[in-house]
Amino acid sequence: MLKDAAKFEPKIVAFCCNWCSYAGADGAGTARKNYPANVKIIKVPCSCRVNPMFILRAFQRGADGVILCGCHPGDCHYSTGNYYTRRRMALLMSMLNFMGVAEDRFRVEWVSAAEGAKFAEVMNDFVVQITALGENVKLRDLRCKK
Amino acid sequence: MQKIAELMRAKAVELLQSSKAERVLAWRAGEFFYDNAPAAFNDVDACQEIVYNEFCPANLAKYLIEATKQQKKTVVFLKPCDTYGVNQLLKDHRIKREYFYAVGTPCSGMLDVKKIKELGAKAITQITCEDNKVIVETPYGTKEFAKEEVLLDKCMMCKGNEYKIADEELGEKLEPIQFVGDRFAAVKAIEAMSAEERFAFWQEELSKCIRCNACRDICPACSCEQCIFDNQEAPVGGKAAADDVEEQLFHLIRAYHVAGRCVGCGECARVCPQGVKLGLLNLKFIKDINQFYGAYQAGEDATTPSPLVSYKENDPEAEEAVQRRG
Ligand code: SF4
Ligand code: SF4
Ligand code: FES
Repeated sequence: MLKDAAKFEPKIVAFCCNWCSYAGADGAGTARKNYPANVKIIKVPCSCRVNPMFILRAFQRGADGVILCGCHPGDCHYSTGNYYTRRRMALLMSMLNFMGVAEDRFRVEWVSAAEGAKFAEVMNDFVVQITALGENVKLRDLRCKK
Repeated sequence: MQKIAELMRAKAVELLQSSKAERVLAWRAGEFFYDNAPAAFNDVDACQEIVYNEFCPANLAKYLIEATKQQKKTVVFLKPCDTYGVNQLLKDHRIKREYFYAVGTPCSGMLDVKKIKELGAKAITQITCEDNKVIVETPYGTKEFAKEEVLLDKCMMCKGNEYKIADEELGEKLEPIQFVGDRFAAVKAIEAMSAEERFAFWQEELSKCIRCNACRDICPACSCEQCIFDNQEAPVGGKAAADDVEEQLFHLIRAYHVAGRCVGCGECARVCPQGVKLGLLNLKFIKDINQFYGAYQAGEDATTPSPLVSYKENDPEAEEAVQRRG
């Protein structure tokens, strides 16, 4: 079947920590749970490996949505990494909002290795949300006045 | 504040002569009496050039990095607000306590000559302060302003007259400034705008930037040994190399990378030649940190860990925190 050319297919970047969320994605696959191919996973050792710049860079290079997934608080493989992630990302999200850049294109979710179904659910939901928001112009246009 | 200048010169000479220190950091007169600049004084004679008046806004804290590198004990004169920057540099291990001798220097608020000129004073020959009055002499006559009208923006957010670090204090403390309002008022006004308005506001503001890096150079929290913005090869190196998006990201990252360490001194906004309201980005982080994780003042001391290197198990989730914003 040919793809509908007019249909908007968002590009989604998902940063997943190696120990929980990436395994969760694997779990989704093994359990044959579908999630859209729009989601491109980048594996990171821990959610706290993600520098805020990674998120901004992904948007700058054309991502329509960015999602960061890590172990549930308390379950980080490195004990406390995701607690720091949580603070950093809260501040980043708030700042994006403050600058008038849609913060709803950026999400943080905790997905454990056992939550394959949740992983698929979260991704499906996020793709629907970003599709509804349409193409990301603002963040890509986070630039100086011409 | 003339008396204070005399005390400073005497103190500098005393400390140099007693070999307690090898050099002195203070202010030297610029081309005009209202553009005093930070300077290092290496001997007793040079110390006679030390000046102090309502036009010494620069924080000397950052020059202590150089003192630490030279391993030369340096006397530094610090206004109450400057001491926060020193503590932050100590906390960040950028300066060493054994290489400086801090002299608390009273301040009754620094004036903004730009504001005075904008209010119509031309060819200023003299400015004197009497309580809350600022008297400006010009060849066209005398003008009088309320201090509140011509105080530097950063002094409108004065943190008070306490020194957070000092080996000794010079003279009597001066009264803290009385005009301090809600330092987050401007941040709240932006928060109250629609997303479109906020975007337009920042686009307008940040487009003024000429990427001179003055905001980086002055900041006591921005003190890496090597900075990416000095790398001429980097695609973010300067105005010429950077594309439009990098321009904007510079500001986001500049503000973000000092979040939790920014002492809120307002120096970045003061030194900006383009008048970019970039201090509001830092104030926004301070406001959020206080609201999400509890009141915190960077530079209050040299030991309490920054909120971004600490956590609580029941911190709000990112989405939740943004909802709570208000
Ligand atoms: S001081 Fe002003 S013009 Fe210079 S880089 Fe900073 S914001 Fe831009
Ligand atoms: S207010 Fe500006 S100059 Fe002062 S610490 Fe914060 S970022 Fe640095
Ligand atoms: S290892 Fe998964 S969040 Fe740290």
